[in-house]
Amino acid sequence: MRRRGKFFLIGSRLLQAIPAVIGIIIVTFILTRALPGDPAVYFAGPTADAQTIAQVRHALGLDHSLPIQFLYYLNDLLHGDLGQSISTGQSVGDELLHRLPASLELTLSGLLLAIVIAVPLGILAATRPDSWIDHACRFLVTSGVSLPTFFTGLALVYVFYYRLGWSPAPMGRLDVLFSPPPDITGFYTIDSLLTGDLETFRASLGQLILPACTLALFTLAPIARMTRASMLQVLGSDYVRTARAAGLSGRTVLITYAFGNAVLPVLTTLGMVFSFALGANVLVEKVFAWPGIGSFAVDALVASDYAAVQGFVLSMAILFVLLNLIVDVITTIIDPRVGSPA
Amino acid sequence: MDRRSFLTLPGTAALLSVLKTLPAEAAEKDTLVIAIADTINSLDINRPGTNRPAYQVAVNAYDRLLSFGTKTNPDGSVSWDYHSLHGELAQSWQIAEDGMSVTFKLKPDAVFWDGTKVTADDVKWSLDRAVSIGGFPTTQMGAGRLTKPDQFEAVDPETFRVHFLTKSKLTLPDLAVPVAVVVNSKVAKAHATSTDPWAAEYLHRNPAGSGAFKVERWDPGQQLVYVRNDNWKGGPLPKLRRVIIREIPSQSTRRALVERGDVHLDFDISGKDAKELAESKKAKVIGAPVENAEYVLCPNFGFEPFRDKRVRQAIAYAVPYEQIFQQAAYGIGVRMFGAKQATPATIAWPQPFPFDTDLDRARALMAQTPYKDGIETTLSLDLSTADWSEPTALLIQENLAKIGIKTTIDRVPGANWRTIALLQKKLPLILDTFGGWLNTPDYYFYWAYVKDHLFNGGNYDNPEMAALVDKTLDMDEANPEYEPSIKRMIQIAFDDVPRIPLWQPNVESAMAANLQGYVSWFHRVPDCRPYVLT
Repeated sequence: MRRRGKFFLIGSRLLQAIPAVIGIIIVTFILTRALPGDPAVYFAGPTADAQTIAQVRHALGLDHSLPIQFLYYLNDLLHGDLGQSISTGQSVGDELLHRLPASLELTLSGLLLAIVIAVPLGILAATRPDSWIDHACRFLVTSGVSLPTFFTGLALVYVFYYRLGWSPAPMGRLDVLFSPPPDITGFYTIDSLLTGDLETFRASLGQLILPACTLALFTLAPIARMTRASMLQVLGSDYVRTARAAGLSGRTVLITYAFGNAVLPVLTTLGMVFSFALGANVLVEKVFAWPGIGSFAVDALVASDYAAVQGFVLSMAILFVLLNLIVDVITTIIDPRVGSPA
Repeated sequence: MDRRSFLTLPGTAALLSVLKTLPAEAAEKDTLVIAIADTINSLDINRPGTNRPAYQVAVNAYDRLLSFGTKTNPDGSVSWDYHSLHGELAQSWQIAEDGMSVTFKLKPDAVFWDGTKVTADDVKWSLDRAVSIGGFPTTQMGAGRLTKPDQFEAVDPETFRVHFLTKSKLTLPDLAVPVAVVVNSKVAKAHATSTDPWAAEYLHRNPAGSGAFKVERWDPGQQLVYVRNDNWKGGPLPKLRRVIIREIPSQSTRRALVERGDVHLDFDISGKDAKELAESKKAKVIGAPVENAEYVLCPNFGFEPFRDKRVRQAIAYAVPYEQIFQQAAYGIGVRMFGAKQATPATIAWPQPFPFDTDLDRARALMAQTPYKDGIETTLSLDLSTADWSEPTALLIQENLAKIGIKTTIDRVPGANWRTIALLQKKLPLILDTFGGWLNTPDYYFYWAYVKDHLFNGGNYDNPEMAALVDKTLDMDEANPEYEPSIKRMIQIAFDDVPRIPLWQPNVESAMAANLQGYVSWFHRVPDCRPYVLT
């Protein structure tokens, strides 16, 4: 009975996403058309005359009326064709396929690093509120989130690459001497491990460390703060007092009873943190020449590259729908209150 | 662990696998790494939508019939030389007696990468393509009076003829610019379709040329790798075996890379970096002025007060030239102000104008006009050129306020700039730039000083100037009428100041001390063919 309830819940969440995606398709189409600038003029080049601009406009399909352009766009979408990015010269589908894994690899490793640091930090701060550890934690996370990511990135490059020479050259996902591993997941670290190529794995991990640290520093704050707040609340609750009174060890109380209950709001925060880590990616990608989706989207916006902007927004929308779904599903699984009949 | 030992530990195996049997020592000498800022978006220069950084593929991987020679500048750097033409695929060429055609003999041993011979049919197909495909290549070919496929004739496999519609001094140099590439037409035709008769989709990803380097690998948005074509006949065989072009958007990162020696060449750096690196000596900096180019302040004739010559001259006296040259250009480039004489002594272009900062004179000129009580207007700049135009605009704004011209600064996004500033010409006062590939003054005046022409953002209109442009554009430079006509045009530009020149920009690059053979080119992309690592 309870299990069917959970499936029903997941199914309804999925259904709810459909109108959102349709809305996003319409809104991005209209918004991209409202961008300043004329892509036909831009892409016809510096010395184009009226006739060449008209040719380019026709080639881009921009000589039709807006509703007709929209129908063409829908038709292409239904055939899985996201169009051609004029600024990079590749099909938008290909670009997303190559760049999304790069961005995800970076974001996920940054996030993982942030969790590994922030969660214990938050717990520690909550168990000793207003102690020096609490203040040190507050200082670290506040400065992390206050520094702009391009600054943190450049500072790390300066210290660890330029000054100390510990880090490999910040030239993207791999040093010039390596060729990318065969495309399996698109994550270089995973693909190189899967094919047993340890040199490439080490090289791609080396390239990943500095940008991941930059992102991690930026995302520490919400995770650590949420862990601390949520732990404080739980530690003050009746059942923790009861558990302590029952003579359970401090460790068991902290990990099993307190943290187990405190983790839910942290998990929900993670969904949000992931989204703003993806946003912060743009600048990190620029600094580390990371061929990700953020720099692609910004360049496309500057050039009024309609197909690329639409493809980017759509893929992000779908990614967030999926992400929220995953968070919901995990919550449903670990929280006994969700999904059970009232 | 330092950078080198880091590299050798995990890198040795991969290094050997990439370079096969070469020892690491030799590999360092024949592999070059170049960092560029912008993405290369196509391997075919003639495909509509191809961006400027992509022109380097046309330079390095393709041949043209002709190429320009080089000259050594007074400071020891080397630049291209507009006035010396060499054969690249052409063995020799001969202008017909009536002057209305030119016949090229192709190098008999020139072959494409696939081993097939370069024939006159390939040349004809390629030039037909450039004049027919539309967009930038067609415009650029038109500048050399090459507009119709009928002009191109394959006489026999090794003889190719161009018929002139108009006899023009610009035709031969135009056959040496990057767009006039020769493509392997057999390969291209095999991939042409009815909707894509010029195989633009195929050549976009699969270059088919005869050039000095073949494209070994292209990871769009990341890197381009060239490998030497050992059968190249277009010139002396490059010393480098492999060139890796990496796209690194962040200026600071590129600078760190070239200072640490992980890239050999950081191509086209900012004035600030050029100045600091040259002073700190952490990398070799080479640059040269971009010929036939300048940064200008343009009052628009569509805006009533700027139709008054005295107002334009007042502005020209109000601009804080030297301060701009130091703070926006970091002292790099050529000053285009402060000429002592009010008449041009030579036909060199660009040349300094007889204006310098003189606020009293500017105020006196303003006082003679109906606008002595002040003007309010906007000063617009292209955001994609903000590194120089923004500080320049702020300095100009400050000084114009002192002569009663109140300006607000309007920053226009790059995608919008061309439309409103150059096509519609509706901005009252703009900071702009234009550089002509073909290096003659009349060519510059043609684009920038004739009504309704594209780079005339202020829409200057002067019938005498237009008539002189018309007269000189195709005229031979040796013609006795040429020099006086050009001097007259420059004189008009001095008097009327429809464009107020600020300085002639440089393209500067930072490189490793052991990189030799760097040449400054009008196309502003790296030509890797003469580069040597010593």
